[in-house]
Amino acid sequence: MKQNKRKQRRVIPGFGLSLGVTITILSLIVIIPLCSLVIFTAQLSPAEFLKTVTSARVLASYKVSFTTALTASLINAVMGLIIAWVLVRYDFPGKRIMDGMIEIPFALPTAVAGISLTHMTVDSGWVGQLFGRFGIEIAYTRIGITVALVFIGIPFVVRSVQPVLEKVDPQYEEAASMLGAEKSYTFFRVILPEILPSLIAGFTMAFARCLGEYGSVVFIAGNMPFETEITPLLIMSQLQEYDYASATSIALVMLAAAFLILFVNAVLQSRSSKIVSGIE
Amino acid sequence: MEKKYYVEMRGVNKSFGSFQASKDIHFGIEKGKLIGLLGPSGSGKTTILRMLAGLETEDSGDILIDGNIVNHIPASKRGIGFVFQNYALFRYLTVYENIAFGLRVQKWPKAKIKARAEEMLQLVGLEETAKRYPNQLSGGQRQRIAFARALAPEPQLLLLDEPFAAVDAKVRQELRSWLREMITRVGVTSIFVTHDQDEAIEVADEIIVTNQGRIEQIGSPKEIYRNPQTPFVAQFIGQSAEVDNFRQFTGFTNAESNAERAIVRPEYITVAKQGEFLKYSLDAEEGVVEQTAFRGNEIELKIRLKGNLLTARRLLDDAPVEVGEHVRVFISRVYAFDEQKAYVIENAALNTQESLVI
Amino acid sequence: MKTQNKGGAVKWLLVAVSAFFLIVMLILPLVYVLITAFREGIQPFLAAVTDPYALKSIQLTLEATVFAVIINTIFGLFAAWSITKFQFRGKKVISTLIDLPLTVSPIIAGLIYVLTFGRQSFLYPYLKAAGISIIYAVPGIVLATIFVTFPFISREIIPVLTAAGTDEEEAAALMGANGWTIFRRVTFPHIKWALLYGIVLCTARAMGEFGAVSVLSGHLRGKTNTMPLYIELLYQGYDFTGAFAMSAILVVMAVCILILRNVFEYRGKKNEE
Repeated sequence: MKQNKRKQRRVIPGFGLSLGVTITILSLIVIIPLCSLVIFTAQLSPAEFLKTVTSARVLASYKVSFTTALTASLINAVMGLIIAWVLVRYDFPGKRIMDGMIEIPFALPTAVAGISLTHMTVDSGWVGQLFGRFGIEIAYTRIGITVALVFIGIPFVVRSVQPVLEKVDPQYEEAASMLGAEKSYTFFRVILPEILPSLIAGFTMAFARCLGEYGSVVFIAGNMPFETEITPLLIMSQLQEYDYASATSIALVMLAAAFLILFVNAVLQSRSSKIVSGIE
Repeated sequence: MEKKYYVEMRGVNKSFGSFQASKDIHFGIEKGKLIGLLGPSGSGKTTILRMLAGLETEDSGDILIDGNIVNHIPASKRGIGFVFQNYALFRYLTVYENIAFGLRVQKWPKAKIKARAEEMLQLVGLEETAKRYPNQLSGGQRQRIAFARALAPEPQLLLLDEPFAAVDAKVRQELRSWLREMITRVGVTSIFVTHDQDEAIEVADEIIVTNQGRIEQIGSPKEIYRNPQTPFVAQFIGQSAEVDNFRQFTGFTNAESNAERAIVRPEYITVAKQGEFLKYSLDAEEGVVEQTAFRGNEIELKIRLKGNLLTARRLLDDAPVEVGEHVRVFISRVYAFDEQKAYVIENAALNTQESLVI
Repeated sequence: MKTQNKGGAVKWLLVAVSAFFLIVMLILPLVYVLITAFREGIQPFLAAVTDPYALKSIQLTLEATVFAVIINTIFGLFAAWSITKFQFRGKKVISTLIDLPLTVSPIIAGLIYVLTFGRQSFLYPYLKAAGISIIYAVPGIVLATIFVTFPFISREIIPVLTAAGTDEEEAAALMGANGWTIFRRVTFPHIKWALLYGIVLCTARAMGEFGAVSVLSGHLRGKTNTMPLYIELLYQGYDFTGAFAMSAILVVMAVCILILRNVFEYRGKKNEE
């Protein structure tokens, strides 16, 4: 009496319609354009590809993008942790406003941030003049790029760590201090391990975002080849010369880097969640 | 001779991926009965309920309601009221709107909707909550509203998924008798799922015991309790201790059965202190008390008897027994079982002495 | 319980460091835009923002934003419904694809549309024959805007619906309610605030998108320049007053969005307890 499995009836209506609409829009906006990237890539000759992505100017741009993004994300990791801590653990006047303004970089168009930061930090600008006295130039240097990337990366770490920190039971700290632990020891041995996964997640998200950032950086960078030219800008200039093959080749390297970062993050996350939850 | 069933399942199978949740389920339920589907979690009881409701589709077999095969009838057309485990009250509708919901979608006339919703509120005794939202109610009140909502469209069959699981112990006791009374009053055929044997025994007219996707036994609470037919039912129902060879106990030595292992329940064990009166004292054996625990109106004892650890009870008012004390133990009945079946075996002393009296 | 009152010196040091960092990094650039915009008084500001090209860019930005919000709302609702209310194969793939635009650099987002609709694409002859231009034209800008804001609304709705479960919808369906009734009376009240919140985020990002739009625009003044692109144009032309005047509008919008965002987030949390 072996019968074929009957088709599962769905009780809640609208499965076909909602999945249909979802897949249609998803195809038009995401899948088809991505496919065209794949198709176009398949037409590139491997030798040509290698030559493009390893040319001196492109290599220099990787270095600029990577070092500035890394520096900015590290600064944000430290500052983001401090800000999240302050917002969760302390009460002080203006706390709600401070909490609300963390999202400014999400709300403010990147181009606006870019011109504002640039105009402030050029030699004649307020901040530029101040730093100029110490012989530090910000605009049109890698310092400038880093500043712009710090700006756009702030919300990532704060918003990633904050909710986790809120859930860390203050009893942990009380327990640790009952056992005679110093405050700093408690922080590094008890609290930090709890929030580390979220800190790593925030850091990697900020890092990935910084690598791809264009709007805020393009103004302040000065865009000197070999010195302050970031990889996204290089893609942009190839596109303006209608050199699609080079643009796509470099874009693929960037995509690979972004996925690698996200993959590393996923691995780190699953490892640390295993420790915390005890699931093997 | 064949009984007329109101709800029937014939050879129903269901699997989720590689997990077989229901294996060849057969049963029939008479109209107006209150049925308890009892089993441990993962035993497939909720799947049976959801298939009856049409929330899951069976892989094979037939489901009949009122003599008609309903396999292809969608859930909403089966005339079923369903009370979800967490009640699934609409959080953004008032209590009144929750109850009226089913009537509105069935396009009842306005005046009738109002009358019926008010009638239901009155039935469950919560008229004053009509304008409140579900999260302003207590757990017990929510259960009642869920019940009222399910009954409002006048279903022919009421299904309840773990109806008491989401309320705390004290309210649960109260709700059990309340539900029993309500269902009797409304007279609707009802099936509820539970993992709690006390609940099933107290509330249901008839119990279906499930285990690992199969039905183990169907019967009245008394039958299930006194005559378990399978090893699983013998172990699952009541508070039991398992022994490997029951023939080592006096009075069971010559039992006619192939089974070796058996379940011994506390209610069939009598414990007497040395010197206390014991009716069948000749057939009693000596055991050592290993543990005593206070359980409200009685004392629970763990007694070591010929290497087996048995659970027994004494009343709170009886003379206290201490750990390490040697006591006399008489076992009146065991449930012996082999791989397939369970057998009730009584102590031989019961028969012989009774015949002596006559 | 959550807060420690006796933080002492460490507390105030950390608060001061945070406040200083945020004021310098976030508030200063914002305030600087407003000051520079009005440095020469209100007249030059008004002149700059009422310039026909400026008005045209504002109009185009609004158009693209409205399109993005509409498409992403429709998509977000349907995607959330299918993902949270049903079990089906390929669900994970769909979720991953929805979030993908977040991880792609805006420049690459622009690039993939150039490759899809540009001259080297196999679609190009057909589009040309039909007289449709997508890249270096308004449709390209709209598409790029939709792409970069694609997951914003669905990402806000999906967690709320996942947490709410499917019981209420099953109960309603069991009583015979149709899909629209279930959505309107049972599901929608759950996601109301999350949806508004998502729309606000989507609007913010759509108005400000620069990189992807920049690739696809062709930079035709008065035709394919959105506000951020127009600002770039003015800035590169050393018209700082004009650039900052336009920026001031976006700054004010950003502040409004932040306030709305906080309101919706608060209401949404309260709504779902």
